[in-house]
Amino acid sequence: MESQAFQKVYKKLTNITKATVSLKASDVGYDEMAIVHGRLGQVVKILGDEVILQIFSGTEGIPTNAEVAFLGRPPQLKVSEQLAGRFFNAYGDPIDGGPSVDGETRDIGSPSVNPVRRMQPSHLIATGIAGIDLNNTLVTGQKIPFFADPDQPYNQVMANVALRAQADKIILGGMGLSNDDYLYFKNVFDNAGALDRIVSFVNTTDDPPVERLLVPDMALTAAEYFAVDKNEKVLVLLTDMTLFADALSIVSNRMDQIPSKDSMPGSLYSDLARIYEKAVQFPSGGSITIIAVTTLSGGDITHAIPDNTGYITEGQLFLRRDTDIGKVIVDPFRSLSRLKQLVIGKQTRNDHPQVMNAAIRLYADAANAKTKLENGFDLTDYDERTLDFAKAYSEQILAIDLNIDTQKMLDVSWNLFRTHFHQAEVGLKKEFMDLYWEEK
Amino acid sequence: MERRDKTKGKIAGIIANLVIVEVDGPVAQNEICFIQHDETALMAEVIKIMGRNAYVQVFESTRGLKVGMPVVFEGHMLEVTLGPGILSRNYDGLQNDLDKMDGVFLKRGDYTDPLNREKLWDFKPDANIGDTVQAGDWLGEVSENGMPHKIMVPFKFQGSYSVKSVVSAGSYKVDDLVAVLTDAKGNDVSVTMVQKWPVKVAIRAFAQKPRPFKLLETGIRCIDTLNPITEGGTGFIPGPFGTGKTVLQHAISKQAEADIVIIAACGERANEVVEIFTEFPELDDPRTGKKLIERTTIIANTSNMPVAAREASVYTAMTLAEYYRSMGLRVLLMADSTSRWAQALREMSNRLEELPGPDAFPMDLSAIVSNFYSRAGYVKLNNGLSGSITFIGTVSPAGGNLKEPVTESTRKAARCFYGLSQARADSKRYPAIDAIDSYSKYLEYPEVQEYLVKQVGDKWLEQVIEAKDMLLRGKEAQEQINILGDDGVPIDFHERYWKSELIDFVILQQDAFDSIDCSTPLDRQQYMLNKVLSVANSSFRFNGFEQVSDFFKRVINQLKQMNYSQFQSDTFVKYEGDLDEMLKAQLN
Ligand SMILES: Nc1ncnc2c1ncn2[C@@H]1O[C@H](COP(=O)(O)OP(=O)(O)OP(=O)(O)O)[C@@H](O)[C@H]1O
Ligand SMILES: [Mg+2]
Repeated sequence: MESQAFQKVYKKLTNITKATVSLKASDVGYDEMAIVHGRLGQVVKILGDEVILQIFSGTEGIPTNAEVAFLGRPPQLKVSEQLAGRFFNAYGDPIDGGPSVDGETRDIGSPSVNPVRRMQPSHLIATGIAGIDLNNTLVTGQKIPFFADPDQPYNQVMANVALRAQADKIILGGMGLSNDDYLYFKNVFDNAGALDRIVSFVNTTDDPPVERLLVPDMALTAAEYFAVDKNEKVLVLLTDMTLFADALSIVSNRMDQIPSKDSMPGSLYSDLARIYEKAVQFPSGGSITIIAVTTLSGGDITHAIPDNTGYITEGQLFLRRDTDIGKVIVDPFRSLSRLKQLVIGKQTRNDHPQVMNAAIRLYADAANAKTKLENGFDLTDYDERTLDFAKAYSEQILAIDLNIDTQKMLDVSWNLFRTHFHQAEVGLKKEFMDLYWEEK
Repeated sequence: MERRDKTKGKIAGIIANLVIVEVDGPVAQNEICFIQHDETALMAEVIKIMGRNAYVQVFESTRGLKVGMPVVFEGHMLEVTLGPGILSRNYDGLQNDLDKMDGVFLKRGDYTDPLNREKLWDFKPDANIGDTVQAGDWLGEVSENGMPHKIMVPFKFQGSYSVKSVVSAGSYKVDDLVAVLTDAKGNDVSVTMVQKWPVKVAIRAFAQKPRPFKLLETGIRCIDTLNPITEGGTGFIPGPFGTGKTVLQHAISKQAEADIVIIAACGERANEVVEIFTEFPELDDPRTGKKLIERTTIIANTSNMPVAAREASVYTAMTLAEYYRSMGLRVLLMADSTSRWAQALREMSNRLEELPGPDAFPMDLSAIVSNFYSRAGYVKLNNGLSGSITFIGTVSPAGGNLKEPVTESTRKAARCFYGLSQARADSKRYPAIDAIDSYSKYLEYPEVQEYLVKQVGDKWLEQVIEAKDMLLRGKEAQEQINILGDDGVPIDFHERYWKSELIDFVILQQDAFDSIDCSTPLDRQQYMLNKVLSVANSSFRFNGFEQVSDFFKRVINQLKQMNYSQFQSDTFVKYEGDLDEMLKAQLN
């Protein structure tokens, strides 16, 4: 860790809590970093000559006479092409045994992009997964999380998406990642021959939780370097943002802030938005797309973390196990990509929007039929057909193990319509019926 | 609060964007100050004063600020600059012109002029020497994007004045002198095209505020037909995330019969603002033949921009709306989302360690919201003409729960309620407005009823009520069917249910992304409601409930094709003809 010749060293802490220490000090800047007893801390409050520091790795064992040296700067990252292919911890220090990175020093948590300097996202990202490409199409510059219970294979799906997305750089921000998942990502990227396109900032379950708070900003500072300075298409993977938010609540509780819903800090919305809003399409061609994971507890999306996330991101991809087919699917009801209308029917075949909606409507009819069945009622012929349709649709469209192109997804959908329904039941614009109803 | 010498102070504490300043003289609540940091000055607003400590919320990041840094108090509250050249501008929450800022990233302490000081405007005088005038009276006008932009007696002028001189018609810059007025004491004061006004104070330069009575057409069937909003009315759109609040607001702002549209993107996504930047310059305003952007001003304080400026942004937008209303224009003001503004209040209230109300929101949330909504409205100006601000805000209820404080407070303040339902959005029944739970209090106003009868027809109100009843009865029938099973209810339960589905699919549901269906003029709405009701009131022959659904699905399909076709075009007429055949075949 660094030290500076002119820095003033303090040796008397006045208060110590589980996450913070306070001391009397002068000429300290807000947000400034300090080394406290060999650990990194950051200024979170200044009242007169009293300075309160948040200690990222926790305060266990810090004595009242600990040495405190202020660094005179906020958290920073050195950026250059040398970042590519490397693995770092939450502070941006290498953890892969490689040399430290040379490059320009940048403050993390930089200001926002001026909205008038953005461009409307317009490049489709193809993933081969129909539950995404057909129903919830992704676009560069978008921010979207997977909502999934902890036992869903979200990291696997995310790794697949990342590798198929044709990004120039993939930046992994791991928060509370299990060591196994960390090695999994490393392996998949390695096997795909993509390691030189990957930059990782990882906080594993072995690391102190509060350190995670630095991970998204580190990842996004690197992303901004590649997207702005190098005009690259950058994909940022943030997993798991629920653990990030948990770390926020630890800090705010320790600072005696009044919690709002679900013991989360009242600023949760702004804290998350600051991160997700880094997703951007620049006119120069560079872009930052953020795909995140928000784990749910028992599928509850009204909890403050998924709820605030949903209000910030441009949709969400909801993973659920479909017991009828025994596979994980992208749930078409709760999932949404809000940017899809910028590309569907424009960069894809023009029947895409209507086919997508009709199929989901019919799938909803199947859900109603299922309820009827569970309530012990007879099913009509139409009900029976929707149930058959739903099963086939789950299998051939919604399952996450697919890898086909959109054209094929649309053809499969028409085939399902034709097999299970009459034209009027599908209810599409006549021009499309005329074109696609008959099998070609 | 203007002072000869500016009060000065020094930073004494910093907690996120709340800074405590020790002052050496008088300060006022809500006064603006600047914190000197290296080369830049950061703007902040006083929100609490305790002894010699002023608590200020900083409109920027406070990174790097230190105790002891100098602060200068400006002697005025947060103000906007009013004058020609506001339309088509993209401002941040403090009215900085975003296009004038250099670089890709917003720089801290970068404040830009909202107006173009060099541009020449063709001024036409409108007042005569000797006229007695007061604040808000028109002295002349310039043409702003083809819209008459009145140059008024500044709103800060108190009492009455007489016009001493007005410049003759010609080209002037906004800062040029256009008139000299003499006050009651005989002092001369000069007037330019620019004035300033504090955003948290309502502009009251009008004669009276009668109840609104005119329908404001939005082109959205679910609103105009079932729960109309008025010119000068207020409404709010609560809904869980992803249910279509923003899409609905954008649709209204594109289509509504307004002269001026002001959109406050308050703590929401930057990409949604970019969508407006991208689309509005391309879209035609059907009434003026110009582009939509020419009558629009955008206040963009997106979620990643400083939180304190987010709170200011809605006030900035409202003040601009009041300015244009004073010119006798119909202003439509949209704020997305007012919950983010409430959250900004909450963050600050928590930092101030105030006693929290429900869900940690400030205790006076309701009062703040009501106060804001009451600034909208229909007004009669001093010259007898009228102007209006129609205000529609979205609300983002935490967890989708409509009992949370922001929704509850807004319900008390707004007269129209357009509740978006998760279930409707999930089944892609857009716009997801729950037509049964939603309401427009204006429908109860006799003056609104009278207006509708005169403008639309004397049977209109009855038809609307009939349609609403059918929706309700359909819902009840559906519940019975769900409990008793398809076979367990008489066949007319199925008919009742399918009649409500007919109204749902043909009237309520509307494709915001289809170039024809997105906007339905009132005459077409009336035509379609007539058509749907005539189907619903016919008596058909059915053998078994499956035939009911089968038949109505075909009818719905046909009517939907009509919705997608140009009104009264050949295709439209053909679909209608086919439909009539279909109906005839099934008649009793
Ligand atoms: N009228 C509509 N027609 C078709 N699709 C719609 C319509 N309204 C909403 N949608 C779909 O729903 C998505 C979400 O809509 P929107 O962004 O308006 O939600 P919101 O309520 O503003 O959500 P948030 O609170 O998170 O901002 C849109 O991107 C679009 O895909
Ligand atoms: Mg929205």
